[in-house]
Amino acid sequence: MKNSSRRGFMGKAFGAVAGVGAVASLYAMKRSWDPLPSVKAAGFTTLDMSGYKENELVTEKWRGKPIFVLKQSAEMMKKAEANPKDMERLIKIGDAYYLVCLGLCTHLGCIPGYDSGEQTFLCACHGGMYDFTGEVTKAPPPRGLDIPPFKIDGQKLVLGEEGPEYKKMLESGITLRA
Amino acid sequence: MAHFTKATSLHDWLNQRLAVDTLRRVLATEYWIPKNINFLWAMGMVLAITFGILLISGIFLLMYYQPNVDLAFDSVNYTIMQEVGYGWLWRHVHGVAASVVFLIIYIHMFTGIYYGSYKKGREMIWLSGMLLFVAFSAEAFSGYMLPWGQMSYWAGMVITNLFAGGSLHADGLVEWIRGDYVPAQAFLNRFFMLHVLLIPLAILGLIGLHFGALRIPHVNNQDGEELDFEAEAAKYKSGDKKGSKVIAFVNDFMSKDMMVVGIYLIFFFYLVFYHYDFAMDPVNFDPADGLKTPAHIYPEWYFLWSYEILRPFSTDVGLIAFAFAQVIFFALPFLDRSPNAVPASRRGLFKYWFWAMLIDMIILTAMGKVPPEGLFSTIGLYAALTFIGLWIALPFITKFEKKV
Repeated sequence: MKNSSRRGFMGKAFGAVAGVGAVASLYAMKRSWDPLPSVKAAGFTTLDMSGYKENELVTEKWRGKPIFVLKQSAEMMKKAEANPKDMERLIKIGDAYYLVCLGLCTHLGCIPGYDSGEQTFLCACHGGMYDFTGEVTKAPPPRGLDIPPFKIDGQKLVLGEEGPEYKKMLESGITLRA
Repeated sequence: MAHFTKATSLHDWLNQRLAVDTLRRVLATEYWIPKNINFLWAMGMVLAITFGILLISGIFLLMYYQPNVDLAFDSVNYTIMQEVGYGWLWRHVHGVAASVVFLIIYIHMFTGIYYGSYKKGREMIWLSGMLLFVAFSAEAFSGYMLPWGQMSYWAGMVITNLFAGGSLHADGLVEWIRGDYVPAQAFLNRFFMLHVLLIPLAILGLIGLHFGALRIPHVNNQDGEELDFEAEAAKYKSGDKKGSKVIAFVNDFMSKDMMVVGIYLIFFFYLVFYHYDFAMDPVNFDPADGLKTPAHIYPEWYFLWSYEILRPFSTDVGLIAFAFAQVIFFALPFLDRSPNAVPASRRGLFKYWFWAMLIDMIILTAMGKVPPEGLFSTIGLYAALTFIGLWIALPFITKFEKKV
């Protein structure tokens, strides 16, 4: 009896040491898979908004992801003004309105294509569709195209910084934190 | 310490130290296989040989492949294909074997389902086999990333995005898996590690488990007959080879096994030399470009059926249906409530279940390949619903099955 309880103690003691070691190793392994600081630090993109043309999609790049910039035409604005939810998705710089969003389908991350005649985005992977403000019009995408964190700086737009207009969009649920 | 004597031969020397005679007897000459089987029983050996081919061709590819986003594409498409002597051979062998191995896995699985080889003590064979299927799927996916072409990149993007869990929006988890916001250097490096070390190690271990799981229940036979292996083995050893219902694994069974392997290898190398292109997607011969999605993203043919189950639904429902499809085959031994371990043809409704499942998976595979539009979308949706419905129906139709 005495011996077996000693063995029992040794077993438990080993179990405790091994348990601590296992948790510590798992933590180290988890951290080794984290994105590197250099990867996380790279990533403010400044766009000069004065050069874009109406109803012409331009793809910029931020943190390795495509960013759609679409300057709204008068015809599009007329349609958007009829729908308050559409207006909330647009960013006003000077007198012009822009759609600035991640060019990745919110379903599984393919890049949708833009049809400037129809003024719609179509994702070829699974057939999802969005209107010219990035609002979803046909499933499977669960929500409109995400809007990256932005800050308005005169005629410039800084991606990666959170300005008051972006925070308002987050609060009203127009976009998720991308 | 055991007693050792002066060895009379090299064989005796080894035998005293490693018991090679006992090993040979236990693993080969006195490991019993039923006589009442057909060529479908050779698929295990065909798979083992194909895995060996993948391992050897992979070793040669590994010597020139560069796991670097700037160099990977050229190291495969230029260095290995143009410069390395017979580099093209290893690449085409590796690519074709990676595709064909799934064809054989599916044949092997459906053979097991047809003959009821997943019950009456054979549950562990089925479960370890399913783990092997998962490991091979992960191995195929990680390998598909390595040439770093357009399909590699976008398949990597789409599949890792699945881990965001739809509305759970777990982007942190996705970025953790990739080591970056998008598939990039960290992603390529870690999938390279998984492909050449961690997953192959897991596969080797699982193959050991799969073989071990066969020892006690033994291999099934064409009639699901329960054999007294000891009595039949005794008959065989006493010289009544004709009356015994079993044969030895080596040489009796192995000689037939290798005959099937021989025919398979002719078919395999015919594909390698004349039709390797079926395993090489043309889109993947464009280098990866994170700012340009290919017009139509589809996985390799062996993943199409589960991809098609994901596709017709909205994100969350699609993910749940996809997760269901991925794991449900594990539950087969427990959802089949009938005690009958006989061929499906003698099992009443299960016969129709088997063929309906096989045909449904072929339809799902075909629909997964075509663009998700119009009639194809509708057929895909009904085929996906049929897949789920068949699994829900399985416990009921087998519960009321007559005992054979």
